[in-house]
Amino acid sequence: MANIIEIKKLNKVFRSKENEVQALENIDLTIEEGSFVSIIGGSGCGKSTLLRVIGGLETDYEGEYLFDNAPVKGPSRDKGFIFQDHRLLPWLTVENNIRFSLPKEKKKDDALIRENLELVGLTGFEKSYPRQLSGGMAQRVAIARALANKPRILLLDEPFGALDAITRMNLQEQMLKIWHEEKITMIIVTHDIDEAVYLGGTVVVMTPRPGRIKRIQKVDLGTPRRRTGTPFTLARDEIYREFFSDAEIPIEYNI
Amino acid sequence: MKKSFSYWLIYLALPIIVLAVWEGFDIAGRLKPYTMPAPMAIVDTTLDYIKNGKLWTNITVSFLRVLKGFGVGLAAGFLVGILSALFPKFEAFTDLVIQILRPIPPIAWIPLAILWFGIGEESKVFIIFLGAFFPIFLNTAEGVKSIDSKYFELAQVYEVPKPMLIWQIVIPGALPSIMTGIRLGVGNAWVCVVAAEMIGAVSGVGHMLSDGRSLSRPDIVILGMLIVGIVGKIMDDILKLIHKKLITWI
Ligand SMILES: Nc1ncnc2c1ncn2[C@@H]1O[C@H](COP(=O)(O)OP(=O)(O)OP(=O)(O)O)[C@@H](O)[C@H]1O
Ligand SMILES: [Mg+2]
Repeated sequence: MANIIEIKKLNKVFRSKENEVQALENIDLTIEEGSFVSIIGGSGCGKSTLLRVIGGLETDYEGEYLFDNAPVKGPSRDKGFIFQDHRLLPWLTVENNIRFSLPKEKKKDDALIRENLELVGLTGFEKSYPRQLSGGMAQRVAIARALANKPRILLLDEPFGALDAITRMNLQEQMLKIWHEEKITMIIVTHDIDEAVYLGGTVVVMTPRPGRIKRIQKVDLGTPRRRTGTPFTLARDEIYREFFSDAEIPIEYNI
Repeated sequence: MKKSFSYWLIYLALPIIVLAVWEGFDIAGRLKPYTMPAPMAIVDTTLDYIKNGKLWTNITVSFLRVLKGFGVGLAAGFLVGILSALFPKFEAFTDLVIQILRPIPPIAWIPLAILWFGIGEESKVFIIFLGAFFPIFLNTAEGVKSIDSKYFELAQVYEVPKPMLIWQIVIPGALPSIMTGIRLGVGNAWVCVVAAEMIGAVSGVGHMLSDGRSLSRPDIVILGMLIVGIVGKIMDDILKLIHKKLITWI
């Protein structure tokens, strides 16, 4: 398949009066259309920044970034972005939150809203307010909102970070299902090695100060993917070693 | 939530004690009618005022003045509040004048208002407008500024057109704060109408107060004060109810 994302020699520096932070250094990354990519690394290594560049939320950088062979001017509906917080508007019901995101000609398309809520398993919650939802349900509405806009690519920034392990695994399954059915390219940023290996056909390992890509690793867990068994363990161990060779501390403490 | 009998007992205990002590002073012969009338004298005056229609006329006259001044104050406070929160240049342009005018109590404007507009309706509406404007303006601006910028980033991702953001994010996001401003503004407007009517008016609740004083009728004065208090409380209760009906998402 064709490459949907091509990043060449990309550098991003945050400048303030007091200091400069090189958030991204010399990033080279190509992503094939239809693939599922995980980006993993310790806190502050530039994962969010890279994702924001891809999503068009950060446009001030050096180097080249092409989305579908064209430069990116800013965010758009075809680059769906799931933030770490669900970011639902508290004053709108679930269905109106999705309606809010739709283009003008689709605002009245109730079937579209229903379809996408069904996709994330939230039929019947159309009229609920965000405060009436659990964290996992709210994040699923955010996913439905992004999907309703038929994005070419879905960018997820630690979307399940705040959720418990069971809810998290359920949502991972749902994401894989959606990925299979909708054939959307997905890029997920995560702290969690298991999550990165389980979801990503490709795992991008990043290291901090300055934020660099250390390694790009293919993972093949077969179809359907399994959380147990040799391929999973082998892939996970290899990623683990990436961090332990750097410093003899677990990733959670690699700040 | 239904309140229990014992709640109402506690709620009404203090006013009943005050009335009882007051009545006790009267029975002991310690009240002088030309400085402090008995409770029953006030009841009589109230009945008089209901019968001759003055009670209702005075209340509606004052209330209509409040409505006019508050309406203008709401429109202006809301508009200026939103503009100065959204456009830093507009804020810089208006800030100094607003900050200097703000500490001046609306009552201090009465002499100037009378010179400008005479003692007719306009001067009163102007004073009430001042009373309503500042709390509404301040709370609207504060409410808009406190909206998390992450919602605007979200709107960018979904390419929501800018004018729509006003209706979808700015106003609902600031609404709780705007409602607080409106409650303070109505309270202020009511204080201002009484003050303005006490100084120059031939009708209204404030006029009742000054009338009672010049006639040496403390019963009329106290009746006027009670009306101010009771109507003020009812208006605030209604606004609390509107707040609850309007902001259902919190
Ligand atoms: N808006 C900004 N202004 C200044 N510096 C920033 C900004 N955003 C990020 N940075 C800096 O860039 C570096 C990378 O930040 P980024 O948020 O991309 O890290 P991250 O890998 O997502 O970390 P985490 O896992 O904690 O979310 C950090 O050192 C951070 O301080
Ligand atoms: Mg991050």
